[in-house]
Amino acid sequence: MYQVNQSKDPSWDLVVSSKRDLFDFRIKEVWRYRDLLALLIRRDFVAFYKQTIFGPLWFFIQPIFTTVIYVFIFGKLAGISTDGIPMPLFYLVGITAWTYFSDCLIKTSTVFVDNAHIFGKVYFPRLVMPLSIVISNLVRLGVQFVLLALAMLYYGIQGVELGTSWYVLLIPFLVFLMAAQGLGLGIIVSSLTTKYRDLALLLKFGVQLLMYLTTVVYPLSSLNGTIKTIVAANPLTPLIEGMRLGLLGEGSFTFSDLAYVSGLTAFILLIGIVVFNRVERSFVDTI
Amino acid sequence: MSVVIKVEQLSKAYQLGQISSGNLTQDIERWWKVARGKPDPFLKLGESNDRSTKGNSDMVWSLKNIDFEIEQGQAVGIIGKNGAGKSTLLKVLSQVTSPTMGQFKVKGRIASLLEVGTGFHPELTGRENIFLNGAILGMRKKEISSKFDEIVDFAGVERYIDTPVKRYSSGMYVRLAFAVAAHLESEILIVDEVLAVGDADFQKKCLGKMGSVSKNEGRTILFVSHNLASLMRLCQKGILLKNGEMASYDSIQEVVGQYAQNESEDGVFVRPNTEGDEVNILKVEVINSVGDRTNTFDFSEEIFLRFELEKLKIQKHSSIFVMILDASKRRIFPTETILNKEKETYTLKINRKFLTRGSYSIHVMTHIPNLRAIDELEDICRFTVVDNTSELSIHGGYDYGSVFGQSHWN
Repeated sequence: MYQVNQSKDPSWDLVVSSKRDLFDFRIKEVWRYRDLLALLIRRDFVAFYKQTIFGPLWFFIQPIFTTVIYVFIFGKLAGISTDGIPMPLFYLVGITAWTYFSDCLIKTSTVFVDNAHIFGKVYFPRLVMPLSIVISNLVRLGVQFVLLALAMLYYGIQGVELGTSWYVLLIPFLVFLMAAQGLGLGIIVSSLTTKYRDLALLLKFGVQLLMYLTTVVYPLSSLNGTIKTIVAANPLTPLIEGMRLGLLGEGSFTFSDLAYVSGLTAFILLIGIVVFNRVERSFVDTI
Repeated sequence: MSVVIKVEQLSKAYQLGQISSGNLTQDIERWWKVARGKPDPFLKLGESNDRSTKGNSDMVWSLKNIDFEIEQGQAVGIIGKNGAGKSTLLKVLSQVTSPTMGQFKVKGRIASLLEVGTGFHPELTGRENIFLNGAILGMRKKEISSKFDEIVDFAGVERYIDTPVKRYSSGMYVRLAFAVAAHLESEILIVDEVLAVGDADFQKKCLGKMGSVSKNEGRTILFVSHNLASLMRLCQKGILLKNGEMASYDSIQEVVGQYAQNESEDGVFVRPNTEGDEVNILKVEVINSVGDRTNTFDFSEEIFLRFELEKLKIQKHSSIFVMILDASKRRIFPTETILNKEKETYTLKINRKFLTRGSYSIHVMTHIPNLRAIDELEDICRFTVVDNTSELSIHGGYDYGSVFGQSHWN
């Protein structure tokens, strides 16, 4: 049982009033609910594969099939360059990273609507819910990285030279930035969908388009002119390029890109949390 | 005793009709005004939540200027008609939604129970759900572990504990859910009508648990229920809400009495039309020994109930059957007399020093015994008996029953 001391007057443990500071993030309170966070993550994971035959194997099936299709369409039919990297590896890195981002974004974007029945009945820091989504997707990402490692091992044994570099050490941070962007955008959308439901529909469509503005099925080096500027400005591009550089040795990624993405991500996340905290106080009345 | 909850000028407004969607301009207008620190143009003050009258604003005050303090260890019942603001008050106090104006302060940890089994996942086992639900209600994992056996025992689902809850019977599901909630360890507990679950036995068990929580463990409880009998048993104090405003805050007996009185006409029932075929009770009045109509009696006064029937519709072998109901609509005692075709007014005298203090009403019917009912009126003519002088009045609000009865000590 944990309630944060939000009171300035020490004789009261909790003071709830109609006004709240815009930048009162109540991160401490989220921390106190960490057991709930852990249990929600476990719930997502367990509920996902209960009553399935393959269980956690399903985490592999989706990226494998998507990769096969991309190899066929973008690699073989359209003949798009992969910077000399074996096609399956090139796409697998893009798909793994992209799926993580889009899952985080899409699932957090409906967090208020999906959990209205719980939020309407009991109080806990609402931020726990989207956080649990982002983290349980992280478990999934981890499993898919295992798949990626197996694929790289296979190509390594086949004698393909992979330029794995020290940039690989940046991957945890790149994943963190990706999670933060997905979370930030997701909670902005979820806060707005409590009033305007159209946004959720728009988002699904928008995410599909955004994928083509990100270097998932092509390398940044294959682009020129304005379109290259636009794609490079997309904060997701340097993240995927960075992963490719680290794992496979090809990718347009510099530390100034990293600084740009970090700054932008921090900004998105800040806006997200501010909007989310505002909406969580009384969204129950409008939903 | 120290004050553990202090509510100050708490108000909550709701918007009527369509909320937003398609009205972006209004939203922007409001946002712009509020952003510049001006009052919300759509939030008109002074509109109270009376559903039956049409207001001239789209906003209603579901709660308005609520002020009260609750001391540690008290069980407080919240009473009011549907729409009086009971649930809104609980929602605001449990932080599910924020107040529009005002504030409240709390000492100690507060846990709310507006529903049992919030967050139960059908695919998870009973064991997993106990942990998940406990954590949602605010318990730490080790706290749940230490109470796990107690919870399973209370719910009586030991055999099924590793079965997904979707295979539970609805009774088992509810029992498990309540068991988790009942083992919360907070200083303040907010409970909505969750006791209306499970079979009678289990309800009794829940009530017992609630009672022991407040009496033995010194915890503070806020309790909403329509079951006046259980409120009177559990709570010492009551808050009466009326159209979002606090009508009174007093001992539970007093408040239940007021609530009952509020709902009825003062001690008289007049049938609006007698067109029905056999309907024959025209008027029922509660009068005192002087013959005045009233609805408040001292326990030492005689109470007269006068029934006026339509002479022409009185049938052969029919009789009038009267039962007195207490505040929670329980029947206290019956009485009956045979009707006479020549007589239209019947008066029943209730002896002095018979009813204890409390609120009562009448259930009356005319019937042909063992054959059929002719006319029936339930729960009419509420009246109150006050008692400040009897030997038992020293027991204050304690619920010691409805009649003084006749018994002798040796």
